[in-house]
Amino acid sequence: MSDLSDKTKVNMEIGLDAGQFSLTEMEAIARKLRRNIVTMIGKAASGHPGGSLSAVEILTALYFGVLKHHPKDPRWPGRDRFILSKGHAAPLLYATLAECGYLPLAELSTLRQVNSCLQGHADCTVTPGVEMSAGSLGQGLSFALGVALAGRLNAQSHRIYVLLGDGECDEGQVWEAAMATAHFKVDSLVAIVDNNGLQIDGWNRDIMNLAPFNQKWQSFGWHVIEVDGHDLTQLIAAFERARLIKGQPTVVIAHTIKGKGVSFMENVADFHGKAPTPTECEIALKELA
Amino acid sequence: MVREASLRETYGETLVELGRENPDIVVLDADLSKSTMTQFFARAFPERFFDCGIAEQNMVTIAAGLASSGKIPFASTFAVFAPGRCFDQVRMSIAQPGLNVKLVVTHGGITVGEDGTSHQAIEDLALAGALPGFTVIVPADAIETAQAVRIAAASDGPFYIRLCRSKAPVLYDDSYRFSLGKAVTMRPGNDVTVIAIGLMVAAALEAASNLSKDGIDCRVLNMPTLKPIDEAAIIKAAVETKAIVTAEEHLEHGGLGSVVARIVVNHQPVPMEFIALKDTYAESGKANELLEKYGLTARDIEQAVRQVIKKAK
Repeated sequence: MSDLSDKTKVNMEIGLDAGQFSLTEMEAIARKLRRNIVTMIGKAASGHPGGSLSAVEILTALYFGVLKHHPKDPRWPGRDRFILSKGHAAPLLYATLAECGYLPLAELSTLRQVNSCLQGHADCTVTPGVEMSAGSLGQGLSFALGVALAGRLNAQSHRIYVLLGDGECDEGQVWEAAMATAHFKVDSLVAIVDNNGLQIDGWNRDIMNLAPFNQKWQSFGWHVIEVDGHDLTQLIAAFERARLIKGQPTVVIAHTIKGKGVSFMENVADFHGKAPTPTECEIALKELA
Repeated sequence: MVREASLRETYGETLVELGRENPDIVVLDADLSKSTMTQFFARAFPERFFDCGIAEQNMVTIAAGLASSGKIPFASTFAVFAPGRCFDQVRMSIAQPGLNVKLVVTHGGITVGEDGTSHQAIEDLALAGALPGFTVIVPADAIETAQAVRIAAASDGPFYIRLCRSKAPVLYDDSYRFSLGKAVTMRPGNDVTVIAIGLMVAAALEAASNLSKDGIDCRVLNMPTLKPIDEAAIIKAAVETKAIVTAEEHLEHGGLGSVVARIVVNHQPVPMEFIALKDTYAESGKANELLEKYGLTARDIEQAVRQVIKKAK
């Protein structure tokens, strides 16, 4: 595993706040997260690389450019919440939380092993910083709405970010929650869709067509922002813009590439839930050096 | 004439009291607030009431999010829709993390009546009882309902409380104190024990009264907490009365009878009989007609008692 940067070490002591990291630093963190994702899934010999790699910039932008949070106090009531709905991207979340200092980087090598705090899918009962147990798709937006309603009742100002997969949007519950979030006029919540176009059985458009995706969200009452999901500047700008949208929720449709950063994984549906072999890991890590 | 009272109305009134006492109490419903009686809370505390529309999966998961932020959500719909309609959401968003959500459902069992099988929850106790960490309660009357709801609000962790649609005979007076996880001896007896839940408790008492005329001394236990169940009371009944009949408005599979049988077999095997629905859905009809047709009356309990005593000899 890569070592913590000096800056991250410092921030572990004092807590992280938005805007402390430069674009160059965040790009380096994103590369490191990719290396750690490949390494941990390779070591576990099972897991979900494709949808972890596609959302690396989304989590980097959030955790190092947007969220107010304190890794040494994961349950700090004033924290901005990040809720992972696409629970199979757990390796990405774990790598990010470790990079922030929620858990030791060495822990990443225990992924999916018995007695590990890093379960195959995100589990809020064992991993510090994980807000919700996920893995059964379609539940995160509803959960996030509950968190947002509690924040409103408590007159708190924190924001709630929830990451969905595009394939996940096949689930009817996503649209129940989309309807309800707009109905309750919740503007503290931002949904992000990791729109990599692929699901296990193939391309979304062939398996279950989501188009017109942007219009679907709009017609459900959402403010829609589309960005290049691998462009940190665009992502951070979208989250800043969302703060200004009042009386309705915002969805950031982040156009991404499944398996991004590893040539033989990019746009390959089979790498949704298949671990790289030791040889493939070696090649991948060279590409991500 | 036996006094009857509505469990649902009692639930709604208790929620309003709890809402006054604790600002963290919030209530969710899925477009059935006029039937579940959460409408009382909705009128008293509109800002803490969330009607989620006809979307139970969304409702229970929103409740989980509220609970994760320190609220005490009560989510209500018909027993047939929760956990049935949203089992996976209850499993992953509430049970697995052990969140403090109270599912209080109404219209349990076949006494829903005329609406028919689509609205008659007969599998819900098996489903809720299967969830690790859930407390499952079936109150027998309005007084027990009020206390069970209060105890749920005061206890941390997920609860499933099943209420019936119809009014039920009032079995307790105001001095009654519901104790979580404890059976209540409704009538002492040494020849046989009937363990019942919900509306079947009143039927069991009627059966015991009739049986006493034939010299059969029948113990009746109300088992309001189905999970965690009062193992000691069950073992004591097996040891002392040597025969057990269970009675529930639920399928035989996975309900009270299954749970009691597991404990009896583990600790003190004695003959048992099971008053429950036998692997079948019911149908439309008046509540008492359905209880009659599907074998859930005091007379059915009496027959089961005579049967089990024969086996025990």
